Amino acid sequence: MARLTAAAVLAIIAAAPFLPMGGMRQYALHVLVQIFIWSFIGGAWSLMGRFGLISLGHGAFLGAGAYTTTLLWNFWGLTPWLGVLVAVAGAVVIGLVLGYPCFRFRVVGHYFALVTLAVGEVVRLLVIAERDWTGGSLGVTLKASAGEASLAAIQFADKRVFYYASVVVWLGGLWVWRRVDRSMARSALEAIGEDETAAASVGIHVTRFKLAITVLSAALTAVGGVLYAQYFTYVNPDTLSGIGVSLRIVFAVVLGGMYSLLGPTVGSALTIALSEYLRVLFGLKFIGMAETIYGLVLILCIIFLPAGIYGSLRAAIARRMARRRAAPA
Amino acid sequence: MLELRGVTAGYGQFTALWGVSLRVSAGEAVAVVGPNGAGKTTLMRVISGLVSPREGDLTFEGQSLARLPAHEIVAHGIAHVPEGRRIFPMLTVADNLKMGAFLRSARRGYRDSLERVYTLFPALAERQKQRAGSLSGGEQQMLAIGRALMSRPKIILLDEPSMGLAPVMVLRLFDLIRRVREEGYTILVVEQNVRQILKLVDRAYLLEVGRIKMEGRADELSEQDFVRKAYVGL
Repeated sequence: MARLTAAAVLAIIAAAPFLPMGGMRQYALHVLVQIFIWSFIGGAWSLMGRFGLISLGHGAFLGAGAYTTTLLWNFWGLTPWLGVLVAVAGAVVIGLVLGYPCFRFRVVGHYFALVTLAVGEVVRLLVIAERDWTGGSLGVTLKASAGEASLAAIQFADKRVFYYASVVVWLGGLWVWRRVDRSMARSALEAIGEDETAAASVGIHVTRFKLAITVLSAALTAVGGVLYAQYFTYVNPDTLSGIGVSLRIVFAVVLGGMYSLLGPTVGSALTIALSEYLRVLFGLKFIGMAETIYGLVLILCIIFLPAGIYGSLRAAIARRMARRRAAPA
Repeated sequence: MLELRGVTAGYGQFTALWGVSLRVSAGEAVAVVGPNGAGKTTLMRVISGLVSPREGDLTFEGQSLARLPAHEIVAHGIAHVPEGRRIFPMLTVADNLKMGAFLRSARRGYRDSLERVYTLFPALAERQKQRAGSLSGGEQQMLAIGRALMSRPKIILLDEPSMGLAPVMVLRLFDLIRRVREEGYTILVVEQNVRQILKLVDRAYLLEVGRIKMEGRADELSEQDFVRKAYVGL
């Protein structure tokens, strides 16, 4: 049953670019690509978040990824296929520099969140300060390749290419999430999240596990940043690093549910759909209204659905199924 | 089996242990008793690798343990039941025990160890699927001990097992520790409840303000006037 549903959903996703949408095709695809990219990034964040490693600075990894490939391409013409390796390596280094001292000296909970918050800001400020080659706060545009489409440059005028690329990356993210979910590392990290002393007392190498998951999360987030940069062909410090985008990732995941496979996807889809809808609805009238409503909805959801929308829904369905099974046939 | 020679340790500027020496032989049950703040918990944390000694030597079966991190000490066969029953409250009883067998060496004998723990503590078998946080204090302590046994240790360190338990539960718990003991495990236990623990162990050390003040056979120690007055309350 679950397999059938998954197959049906995948078929719809695969066929989506060819469904009739009136004149809205380009816009709809644009929104969908964004949803898949941010879902993937949200999933990467939740790899850490679900174990109590709340990062408020994932913008650092996102920005490092996006800027690395963009600048390597613009200055040296290095293909993003290789650039992404450098980007991931860069994010991993940031992850290690952030994680090792924190985990070694037991900076946990709120304190860890504050440290990550600072790291996200540091990357944003660095990008702004190094304006000679990063373009500063104005951002930088990816140099266009010759022709309509270039596989080597990962630039395509046709949005459908990015649509499928983002779906593949998103599916890859889900696969990684599931692998972690079914591993021994998951039990170890859950134990660490509950009580580090107790975890160490049963022989879990606390620092190593925390570092590993941080590095994995950072690497995937950097890949998300690269994909974002290739799709938008424009990077800017405020949309890719710093507090704003870091919190945006957190909100989407918390809204959808960080303990379930599809929670980050549902959360990202809802937040993007909602902000698009409010943007269209209010346009230039009532400046700030869209953000206010967006904020209120988030607060209400976090108070009343602590396991997230998707997480709560799934729990409710599971309860109902259990009741039905318990009742005599 | 376990030997400490002149161990000095502490936190930052503060020194909690001053040149402590003690020894536990295989098959023995040894207690370290003393009042609050004597350094008992620090002693346990030094042995289990959570605090590294500033001076002195620490060996287990002839190998030095000083400066090994906690997770490697477990691999040597030393299981620590930390103070205050550090179980994983959100995990089920069964999952808590599973975590106890986290090390590869312990995983191999997982089923066998699980059966032993359930035979030893039938109450845990009944509550396998319950969240550990919903157990009573006594049951949580059993779980903490059971989890330590899952790593197939050669020696078990018990840190204040009776802390925070109702008097009736303390008696039951000590009874259980006696049964663990009869299973052939070597035990090093730290306790404030001197009278009860001295009935259970072979030998004991009296620790006061970071120094060993007295040591000897348990029955002899409980006869000492000074111990009786100070801790046994007679």
